Amino acid sequence: MITVRIQREPFDVQAEATLLTAGATDVGALVTFTGLCRDEGGRLLALELEHYPGMALEEITRIAEETEARFELEGLTVIHRHGLVAPGEQIVLVLAAASHRRAALQAADFMMDYLKTRAPFWKREHLTDGTLGDWVQASAADDLDAARWQRDETS
Amino acid sequence: MKLLYFAWVRERIGKAEEEIAIPAGIETVSDLIAWLAARDEGGARAFNEPEVIRAAIDRTHASHDMPLAGAQEVAFFPPMTGG
Repeated sequence: MITVRIQREPFDVQAEATLLTAGATDVGALVTFTGLCRDEGGRLLALELEHYPGMALEEITRIAEETEARFELEGLTVIHRHGLVAPGEQIVLVLAAASHRRAALQAADFMMDYLKTRAPFWKREHLTDGTLGDWVQASAADDLDAARWQRDETS
Repeated sequence: MKLLYFAWVRERIGKAEEEIAIPAGIETVSDLIAWLAARDEGGARAFNEPEVIRAAIDRTHASHDMPLAGAQEVAFFPPMTGG
């Protein structure tokens, strides 16, 4: 079962985990990844997350379907927030349920790598001095993280 | 054809979306980027480094050599920074 949501509100990690595993008897591993907003050494008041509403849900669902098939998951939940997020607050949730731990751990890692490089979201910094900061630059490390799954396929 | 712009592409071009009639001779994403860059100052600002621009055709990621034929919605945006 795949659940994908894009929302402004915070999410309840435990409630989502309970929902995902309710009634399941073949789930031996549930991996929970929560991405939080950092203050970058006290610089940030908040991050603003802009998204492409028409495409975000479709694209994350495409990635989730690929993840579920590749790692033979029993269930996968992905929630991504948009709007203003303060340091310490949640940005993204990935829950991966599988029979065994390796598949669940790898699936959460894979889902995050692809979400970072393919989901149409853009972060902008709001600074503690009250001014609007820059758009966060995409990191080459994120591209390399996503690319390692392609190398794995051919090895 | 509907064009959508996000993040700093939106800010530089000065609008979130617009409707255009696709000009003759514009066949690919790359052609459209070059046309927008030459159209006005905002376009020049938004598309002065075309190689960093990402595009989507009808809500699916598209490379710059993809044909626009049949497209209803084309979006331009910087590399993504979600997650």
